[in-house]
Amino acid sequence: MQQVPVSLLTLVAGVLVTLVSLWVGQATPLFPEQASEQAPLVDNFFRLMLTIGTALFIMVEGAIVIFMVKFRQKPGDETDGEPLEGNLSLEAFWTLVPAIIVIILGVYSVQVYTEMGGFAPGGLPEMAHHHTHPAPTVEMVAHQEGAGMSAMPPQAKYGIGANPSERGPADLTVSVSGMQYAWIFNYPDGIISGELHVPVGKRVQLNISALDVIHSFWVPQFRLKQDAIPGQPTELFFVATRVGDYPVVCAELCGAYHGGMRTRAVVHTEEDFERWVSENRIAQAPPDSEGLAIHLH
Amino acid sequence: MAQTQVPVAPHGGSPAPHPPQAWKWYDYFTFNIDHKVIGIQYLVFSFFAYLVGGLMAVALRTELLTPDPDFIDPTLYNAFLTNHGTIMIFFWVVPAAIGGFGNYLVPLMIGARDMAFPRLNALAFWLNPPAAALLVASFFYGGAQSGWTAYPPLSLITAKTAQSMWVLAIVLVGTSSILGALNFIVTLLKMRVPSQRWDQLPLFCWAMFATSALALVSTPVLAVGLGLLLFDLNFGTSFFKPDAGGNVIIYQHLFWFYSHPAVYLMILPIFGIMSEVIPVHARKPIFGYKAIAYSSLAICLVGLFVWVHHMFTSGTPPWMRMFFTVSTLIVAVPTGVKIFGWVATLWGGKIRYTSAMLFAVGLLAMFVLGGISGVTLGTAPVDIHVHDTYYVVAHFHYVLFGGSVFGLFAGIYHWFPKITGRMVNEPLGKLHFVMTFIGANLTFLPMHELGLQGMPRRVALYDPQFVDLNRLCTYGAYLLALSTVPFMINMVWSWIAGPKASGNPWNALTLEWTTASPPLIENWEVLPVVTHGPYDYGMLDYTNGRPYTEPAEQEA
Repeated sequence: MQQVPVSLLTLVAGVLVTLVSLWVGQATPLFPEQASEQAPLVDNFFRLMLTIGTALFIMVEGAIVIFMVKFRQKPGDETDGEPLEGNLSLEAFWTLVPAIIVIILGVYSVQVYTEMGGFAPGGLPEMAHHHTHPAPTVEMVAHQEGAGMSAMPPQAKYGIGANPSERGPADLTVSVSGMQYAWIFNYPDGIISGELHVPVGKRVQLNISALDVIHSFWVPQFRLKQDAIPGQPTELFFVATRVGDYPVVCAELCGAYHGGMRTRAVVHTEEDFERWVSENRIAQAPPDSEGLAIHLH
Repeated sequence: MAQTQVPVAPHGGSPAPHPPQAWKWYDYFTFNIDHKVIGIQYLVFSFFAYLVGGLMAVALRTELLTPDPDFIDPTLYNAFLTNHGTIMIFFWVVPAAIGGFGNYLVPLMIGARDMAFPRLNALAFWLNPPAAALLVASFFYGGAQSGWTAYPPLSLITAKTAQSMWVLAIVLVGTSSILGALNFIVTLLKMRVPSQRWDQLPLFCWAMFATSALALVSTPVLAVGLGLLLFDLNFGTSFFKPDAGGNVIIYQHLFWFYSHPAVYLMILPIFGIMSEVIPVHARKPIFGYKAIAYSSLAICLVGLFVWVHHMFTSGTPPWMRMFFTVSTLIVAVPTGVKIFGWVATLWGGKIRYTSAMLFAVGLLAMFVLGGISGVTLGTAPVDIHVHDTYYVVAHFHYVLFGGSVFGLFAGIYHWFPKITGRMVNEPLGKLHFVMTFIGANLTFLPMHELGLQGMPRRVALYDPQFVDLNRLCTYGAYLLALSTVPFMINMVWSWIAGPKASGNPWNALTLEWTTASPPLIENWEVLPVVTHGPYDYGMLDYTNGRPYTEPAEQEA
């Protein structure tokens, strides 16, 4: 143990482990597609950990396999091995290196978490009603009062807020209620939907609540999840980055049909979203209005 | 350096008046106060619980062969998943590792004739069967269906009678755990044979000390949480009823303040078993005795401050998410110290490929992956994506099945000769290992991808895109179920008709191997004297024979 052979073989093994780890970390196909601004942040962080983890995995498992083969009992040898009781520098090495790695990961995770908006739930300015965005559509007015049936306290303490570098009101605020076994989305202007529809590239805030038991709102492609908690408002803030049709999954056991509590999160282009809003506003208008004629579904 | 263990001490404490020569089979069904009887009671009882919990897992996996809920009723599915977790944790790993191996081995390893409080010890065991009966009976009321976590409000509105019985069952085993922990701490502090220094204490005893301290601090908190849940269920209180001013998050804190340390309760004794099995079968001193001993205490201490990582997506403020990310990552350091220590123990050894050793090395191989996935889960940004998914299921089965269950099997194969006086059948043991190792990886490896891709846990129906990987998991589960067959045949057959074991068939150096196999009722005729460390392999002169010779082996 004292003379660790720093041979060419060790060097080659080291390079190989590094290359394989980098390859596994970068090329892993384990994720669904990225559809929110937070998704690449989470994925890059995971890839970093996967790279380090793969290197560690190969080294430890490799050591186990090599030692098991190399130091197996030879037939007829009933003696003991060499009595090595420890090695202070080696032990210090494998205490300090993991300690440094986890400290780096800890600091990095705080940074990723900050960029994700983790430190800003409920952090939207109170006076969020003057719009600086060019030509916001009527539907996108932030924080309309009377948004549906569930009266939501405006400030949620828990959840994921906006990235601190881009302060400002959300372009679209949707109230999300979880119940056994469905999600109800309340839009400004009284649109009620069983599906989440959002425009791509816009700042969306979900005010999440639960009517009966705990549910958990999860869109895997957004890499975002937040429990819907009875009695305590929570929120998610995101910008969808890719047009598409994604699953909304309930991730907290909520009863016998928990697995069936699924719906869609549809990310539209801005025009498609406006069309969806106007269609639904007409469709959901009181029956004595003109809306009945152009009911699409 | 003394090469043999010479029993020179005079009679250390006169034995009880006229104890029987050996226990009869029916003694194992009575309120017996011998720590070895109690240890065997725990082990056998918990193994039957393992079979029941395993059959539930088979039913769950069969349901998941197809994306539709078409095999069992969804409420029964939830009852099975709840009780599968409950049984595996509270009726298998904890009682087998702490109650079984702890009770059997601690007095033998420290040269004591019994635990400090033998009657309390028996009482602690006998709290378990009624608890198990309560769980069985709860199925007549539909079974608890809110997961082993029993989060309100779901647990307050679903199968209320069964949920109440579940709470009572957990409180009973929790009480058993507290009594046991107290007993271990006093025993380890007060009952060591005088010649044994602290640095000669086997690492299993260090691990039991850390485990017991942790159980003593954390278990009462679980009892409080579940007690309040019971009041809410039956007596009209509203601690956790949000519409009546209650707060559901408080329950999660109370629950996880115990239940995160509970994973250390389940793994620390197993780590202790690893530290005993590996040196004996590798014929090497343990690498870094002090590091492994103190890292148990470090895990125990840090383990008390990580519980909120189970609540990252719940009602958890940002600073708390970050604080508990960092504290969780820190646990990886003392755990790594142990892993590296065991791997280094293999280096330069003369490794015996026994069933016990294979399971111990299998644990190492599995636990490394579970530990790495645990680091990724411990960070809030990643956990927000994978929390409550199959990624978590994969992780905790790698550490709890790949860790605890492999360790229990390693321990059973290692101490079977001591406990029964007979050797196990090694080929059957190796078959058991190969089936278990392949089965476990086949079952739990694909779950990582399932979780990352978007499959939540605790579902009976799922998106059809996940069907292929789920099939793979289910086939693995069937292989795992089959793997218990050679094990059971081996245990029964070897216990009845295996070759007789000597007092020290592995040439091990800890004190339990200084007595006969099976040990005498009061453990030793004459208490042993400790003359060397527990892992002094390669340091003793064997020319005059083996380090310990069996003092009283002649009886048939």
